[in-house]
Amino acid sequence: MNFKLVIWRQHGPDEEGSFETHEVAGIDPDASFLEMLDQLNARLGREKRPSIAFDSDCREGICGACSLVIDGTPHGPQQVTSCQTYMRDFVDGATIKVEPYRSNVLPVIRDLVVDRSALDRVIEAGGFISTTTGPQPNPNAMPIAPKVQEQAMDAAVCIGCGACVAACPNGSAVLFTGAKVTHLNLLPQGQPEREDRAFNMVNQMDEEGFGGCTNFGECSRACPQEISLDVIGMLNREYRKGAAAQRPKHRSEMIAQ
Amino acid sequence: MWRSTIGKKTIVAVTGTILIAYLVLHMVGNLNSLFGPGGGEPRIDWYAEWLRTFGEPLIPYAGVVWAVRAILLGAIVVHIVAVVQLRTRNRAARPAEFPARRIGRSWEARLMMVSGVLLVAFIVFHLLQFTTLTIDVTPLEAGALYANLYNAFQEWYLVAIYLAALVFLGSHLRHAVWSLCQTLGLDSPERNAGIRMGANVLTLVIVLGFALVPILFFTGALGEPPADELSASLTTLGGGS
Ligand code: HEM
Ligand code: SF4
Ligand code: FES
Repeated sequence: MNFKLVIWRQHGPDEEGSFETHEVAGIDPDASFLEMLDQLNARLGREKRPSIAFDSDCREGICGACSLVIDGTPHGPQQVTSCQTYMRDFVDGATIKVEPYRSNVLPVIRDLVVDRSALDRVIEAGGFISTTTGPQPNPNAMPIAPKVQEQAMDAAVCIGCGACVAACPNGSAVLFTGAKVTHLNLLPQGQPEREDRAFNMVNQMDEEGFGGCTNFGECSRACPQEISLDVIGMLNREYRKGAAAQRPKHRSEMIAQ
Repeated sequence: MWRSTIGKKTIVAVTGTILIAYLVLHMVGNLNSLFGPGGGEPRIDWYAEWLRTFGEPLIPYAGVVWAVRAILLGAIVVHIVAVVQLRTRNRAARPAEFPARRIGRSWEARLMMVSGVLLVAFIVFHLLQFTTLTIDVTPLEAGALYANLYNAFQEWYLVAIYLAALVFLGSHLRHAVWSLCQTLGLDSPERNAGIRMGANVLTLVIVLGFALVPILFFTGALGEPPADELSASLTTLGGGS
């Protein structure tokens, strides 16, 4: 298959970027989008031209590194990660636009590579879970209702790719943060730090400069892991409980007059 | 609460809910005009007077009305300030030259700011017309509600302005009612269809309820005001100029 690629080139974080056009030919329909870019890079290398920088790691849809925006859609048209997007999903001869995520909080480092460490700092702000170490616990000592387990695991599948931020007109990270909070705050292991977790993660999210939610719902449409919008409702609830819990818990002394 | 994006959005939702609750009461109150001229003392006039004497002598004349006005003014100011601050933040989070492609967001959701600003403009116009009687194109008379409504809604352009405002209102509410449930964390996959439907129904009821009044006056379904409306208003309400 043949394609015309309109690709964003940018030398460094503070440089101006622009689009560059490249033609690729003889691409296997079963090649992934990243393999197609590999072939283009190999050719650019042979021609002694700078290769196109893009991120990838697992190439099996579980790490979230391959953060491209293909034809305006984060990750690509199929609602799966870029590495799981195949060239057979495009029309032969098509012109395809490839950009980095557009967010002021996830800035471009080079070409299609963005710095996603703001998302890591949000996770970090969530802190640890208290747990006892030592002998292996009795597997039945911590019962979890199947429904709760299911809901927590549905949220836990978030791979932290940041496509939700890229898809959001407000550059908001609430789907990501909501997924993390829902996952830990539903499980028994997450209970001791439950309130502080939500409170601190939201504060970190705001501090990084992510936008706020206006309930557009673009994020969950772009999410390759199909994280459901209701994690945002859960995040809102947990944040409010967390904020209320920040007040001093000890009753104050009552004195006459 | 005010400092965080989620807290501020919650405040938008709560103030929005206060405004919606008022809209429902206002809409139901307006329906009193459907009782027509009522042989000399239109029910809508009686209703307005009832609102003002509510709680007397415990509460001073028009006390409740002024209390409600104060709450509404507070709610709408907080609503707008919060929304504008959030919007400024959201704009700063994305490079303006690369707007996000629209995949799923509804037109109503995109137009919240537009419908909101138009609503404020309409509210100002509406207050200047029927409350302060400043915009006095169809001679308005203090206290003579029924006659004022009747005369105003004989003019096609006034009917058009009111109906247009209801379109913005409907657009704002269709997103807002669902959105506030999500903001307050009431929504879930099981409830979502119901809440969406509820938002549509509530929006429709409010819009149609308000629309009835100008439409029925304009089509003549609601008859002429009593001839003595003016003098009646002067004696029963003890006011007017
Ligand atoms: C009749 C008066 C109004 C009512 C009943 C009303 C109601 C609401 C409600 C219930 C929400 C949803 C809150 C949420 O989900 O968090 C909302 C959001 C909003 N309102 Fe209003 N509002 C009114 C007037 C205004 C005005 C005058 C403005 C204008 C400047 C405005 C602008 C907005 C915006 C921009 C949002 C945010 C939408 C979003 O973030 O999803 N509203 N409104
Ligand atoms: S919520 Fe979805 S889109 Fe957002 S970071 Fe997690 S997996 Fe990626
Ligand atoms: S490279 Fe790991 S998800 Fe695509």
